[in-house]
Amino acid sequence: MGEEANCRDVDVLVIGAGPAGIAAACAAAEAGRCVAVIDDNPAAGGQIWRGGPAKAGPESTRWFERLAASGAIVHASASVIEVLHPDARPPRVRTRSPAGVVEWRSRGIVLATGGRERFLPFPGWTLPGVVGAGGLQALVKQGLDVRGRRVVVAGTGPLLLAVAELLVAKGATVAAVAEQAPLGRLVRFAASLVLHPGKLLQAASIRRTIGPVLRAGTFPVAVRAHDGGLAVTLASATRGRERHDDIACDLLACGFGLVPNVDVARACGCDVRRGAVAVDDVGGTTVPGVWAAGECTGIGGLDKSLAEGRVAGLAAAGRAAEAAGFVADLRRWRRFAAALDRTFVLDRRLARLAADDTVVCRCEDVTAGRLRCHRSWREAKLMTRIGMGPCQGRVCGPAAEVLLGWSPEDVRPPYAPTPLGDLA
Amino acid sequence: MGAACAHALARAGARVTVVESRFPGAGATAAGMGHVVVMDDSPAQLALTRRSRDLWHGLAADLPAEAEWRRTGTLWVAADDDEMAEAARKRDLLAAADVEARLVDAAELAAAEPRLRAGLAGGLLVPGDAVVYPPPVAAWLLAAAERAGATLIRDATVVVVAGAGLGAGSVRLADGRMIVGDAVVVAAGTATPRLVPGVPLRPRKGHLVITDRVPGFVTHQLIELAYVKRAHDVETDSVAFNVQPRATGQLLVGSSRQVDVDSREIDPVILRAMLDRCTAYMPELAHVPAIRTWTGLRAATPDGLPLVGPWPGMPGVWLATGHEGLGITTALGTAELVAHGVCGTDTPLDPRPFLPARCGRAEEVSHA
Amino acid sequence: MPDQARDGLVRLTIDGAVVESAAGTSVAVAVLNRGGLAAWRLRTSVTGSSRGPLCGMGICFECRATVDGRPHERTCQLPVRSGMEVRTDG
Repeated sequence: MGEEANCRDVDVLVIGAGPAGIAAACAAAEAGRCVAVIDDNPAAGGQIWRGGPAKAGPESTRWFERLAASGAIVHASASVIEVLHPDARPPRVRTRSPAGVVEWRSRGIVLATGGRERFLPFPGWTLPGVVGAGGLQALVKQGLDVRGRRVVVAGTGPLLLAVAELLVAKGATVAAVAEQAPLGRLVRFAASLVLHPGKLLQAASIRRTIGPVLRAGTFPVAVRAHDGGLAVTLASATRGRERHDDIACDLLACGFGLVPNVDVARACGCDVRRGAVAVDDVGGTTVPGVWAAGECTGIGGLDKSLAEGRVAGLAAAGRAAEAAGFVADLRRWRRFAAALDRTFVLDRRLARLAADDTVVCRCEDVTAGRLRCHRSWREAKLMTRIGMGPCQGRVCGPAAEVLLGWSPEDVRPPYAPTPLGDLA
Repeated sequence: MGAACAHALARAGARVTVVESRFPGAGATAAGMGHVVVMDDSPAQLALTRRSRDLWHGLAADLPAEAEWRRTGTLWVAADDDEMAEAARKRDLLAAADVEARLVDAAELAAAEPRLRAGLAGGLLVPGDAVVYPPPVAAWLLAAAERAGATLIRDATVVVVAGAGLGAGSVRLADGRMIVGDAVVVAAGTATPRLVPGVPLRPRKGHLVITDRVPGFVTHQLIELAYVKRAHDVETDSVAFNVQPRATGQLLVGSSRQVDVDSREIDPVILRAMLDRCTAYMPELAHVPAIRTWTGLRAATPDGLPLVGPWPGMPGVWLATGHEGLGITTALGTAELVAHGVCGTDTPLDPRPFLPARCGRAEEVSHA
Repeated sequence: MPDQARDGLVRLTIDGAVVESAAGTSVAVAVLNRGGLAAWRLRTSVTGSSRGPLCGMGICFECRATVDGRPHERTCQLPVRSGMEVRTDG
C-alpha cells in the first residue's frame, strides 16, 4: 500500500546536513527564510562532524548551536528517493524516512550532498575487517570500540591522517599509515599549508602522533586472513626498488580519496563536470533554483564546505548581493581544493592491483577479469551486472573509472532502495 | 532480434554483416522482462510464439550462465469467475496447439504462490514458459554468427537504407561507409521508421522495477489474465500485474503501456498505478525494497502482429520488427522466418500473417 | 522513556544473543563490538563470501542485516533500539 506523500512547502530545502548543509541552512534561516534540512544519517553532522556536537569537537559546537538557534528544521534519517518534475524550477524532491514519505516543494534547493570514499580493488580487499579509512572513522564515531586494536591505515589523502589520529585517541595502535603519494609531493603540500594557518596547526599535531608511522609512496597490494586477524602487504613506490612489507594487524582501513556525490544533482538536471556539480561563484548550478555547496562541488575539506555553504545559503535565500560579498574568501578554499587534487593524484600502479579474480563489484561479485573484455561501463553493466546491485555503482563505479577508464552511468531512481509501496 | 536473424542467416550460409549502433543488446533488449511466453491473442501469434518457444528450449542447454535461463513457467492469475472462464478458453486454445497448460483452482493457486492475496479464483499454469536475461544472449548469438562467418560492425549507425543512390540491399553508415549486399534486414525496433519511411510502428513505453534479493518470494512468472485485455487496447495507457522471479532472487515488477510516448523518463503517475496494481494482487510486495526503475520502448504495429518479411516498394529491404512486448520470445521464430525468406526456402511457419505487405499503404508511402 | 535503560545502554538481540550497546551507537557497531574479526562477518555475498562493513555511511550495502524481520537493512545507518532483533548472515 503506498503511503500518500506528505507535501511540505519551504523556502529553502537543504539536502545534506554536513558542514556545507549546516552553513547553508544557517545562512538562509538567519536571512529569514523557512528552511528544512534533510540527511540520511540519524543526526546532523555529515561525515566530519558525525555524532553531533557531543562527539564532533568544539569547532563544530558553535555551528550546531547556531543551527539550533537559526530556526532551520533538520529531518534526519531521510533519504532522497526521487526527484519529481525535473522541469519544475526548482524540482520537487521526494524523501523517505521512518516517519514516511514527504514531497518537498521549495523556492530554492541547496545541494550539500558531500562526498564518499573511493575504493580501489586489490587482492583480499573484500575480507571482513578491510574497511574504508573514512569508513572506520565513521564506525568509530558510531561507537566502535577500537581499544587495543592494531590498525593499518592506507590509501591517499589527508583523511588518512585524520583517521589515524582518531584511532590513536581512541586507544588503537596505528601500525602504519601508507600514503600512496610520494614524499616530495606531501612535503610541498605541507609547505603550502602556511597559507592556511589553521590547517598548519592541524598538520603539526598530526605529525607528532602519526609522523613515525607514516610511509609515503606506499600502497597496499594484497591483504589476507592471518592468525585470527589480517596481514597486509605494502609496496613502496620507489622506482627500481619496489619493496614489499607484510604487516600483521586487526583491521585495514583503506580509502583512496573522495569523490563527490552527484546523484541528486544529476536527477535535478544539473551539469556535472569532471565528476563534480558545476557551479558558478555563488554556488549556482546550471538549473535555476538549485545551488550546490561543499564536497559535492569538488573535494576541498571543511573550510571550503563552510564557505560555500554560507554563500549558497544566502543565494538561495535571495540575498545575492550578500552572497557575492563572500566570494573572494571562497576562492582561497577552492585553491586549496586544487592543491589537494594535485597532491593526491593516484599512482598508475593502483589501477593494476586487481587480479583477474579480484572482485570489483561487491554487490554482484563481478571480478576484474570478467570486466576487461568490455569496452564501456554500459556494456559491462548489461553483460556482467556490474552496477546492478543496490549500490548502483557508487562503490564499483569510481573503481572502474580508475581501472578501466570508464564513465559510469547515472544512478537511476530510487536513489536509495525504497519499498515498492513507497515508490512514486 | 537482429542477433538472432544474423545467427540464423549465417548458419544458413549467407554472408552476413551486422551493423549495431552501440553494442549487442544495448537497446530494447536490455530494457524488457525477458519472458519467453506463448501468447494466444491470435492464431498467428500463437503459432509464432509457440514455434519460437520451442526453438528457445532447443537452445537452452547451450546458453551461457549469464543468460540466467530458467523454466519458471507462467501462472496466469484469475481474479474472478469471468477470468477463470478466460483461463479455460486459453487452456483450450493452447491445448489445441499442443502447448501444455493446466487450470489451477484457488487452493492450488494459493499453494503454488502463497504470497498472492486471498480471494483469487485460480489460474492457468503454462509450465513450458521460461525467463531469460537477454543481453548476454544477444552477445552470444552474435558471437556464434561471427564464428559462422558473419561480420559485426559495432558503434556504427546506419543512416540510409537502400535509398536514392544506393542499390537494393545496401546501406550507408553515418561515417560515410557503404555496405553493399543483396538484402538488408532491419531489426531496429522503434528506430525503424527513420530508416524505412512509412513503416507503421508506434512506441509503447513500459516501466519496470527491480527489487533487492528476496529468494523464494515467487516461483512462477505471474501475470493477471486481464493483461491481455489491457495490453490489447492500443490507444489507452494501461498497467497490469506482472511479476517475475529472477535467478538472482530479485523480482522484476511490471508492467505498463503508454502509447506514443517516447521519452525515457520515469513517469511517477503511471509507475504508482502499476505498483498499486501489483500490490493489490500481492500485498507483501509493498515491503520489498526496490533498487532501480527504468523504462523501455516497445515497437507496436496497428494489428498487434510483428512485421516480418520484405518491405514492398523498397527492393532488398526486409523487416524484422514490431514485436511489441514479445521481442525476446519471438526472436528465434522470427529469425527462422527471415532466414528462410531471404534464402528462398520453406519455413515451418506460415509467413503470410506477418508480411509487411499487409499494411496496405506501404507501397504508396515508400516511394517518396 | 522505554528506548534506553537508565544506564544509557540499549539491550538488543543479535543472532539470538542479548547484547548491550550504548544509546546512539549504530546497529552495525553493536554487531562489530561483540569482538574479534568474526564479528565483522555480517553478510554473505552472492557467490558465498563473508562480508563486513566498508563505507560506514550507507552507500556500500555491505553492512546489511535483517532487523526486526526486515531484510537488507543498512545497519550502519540504524541507531540501536531497545528490543531490536538483528539477524546477520555472515
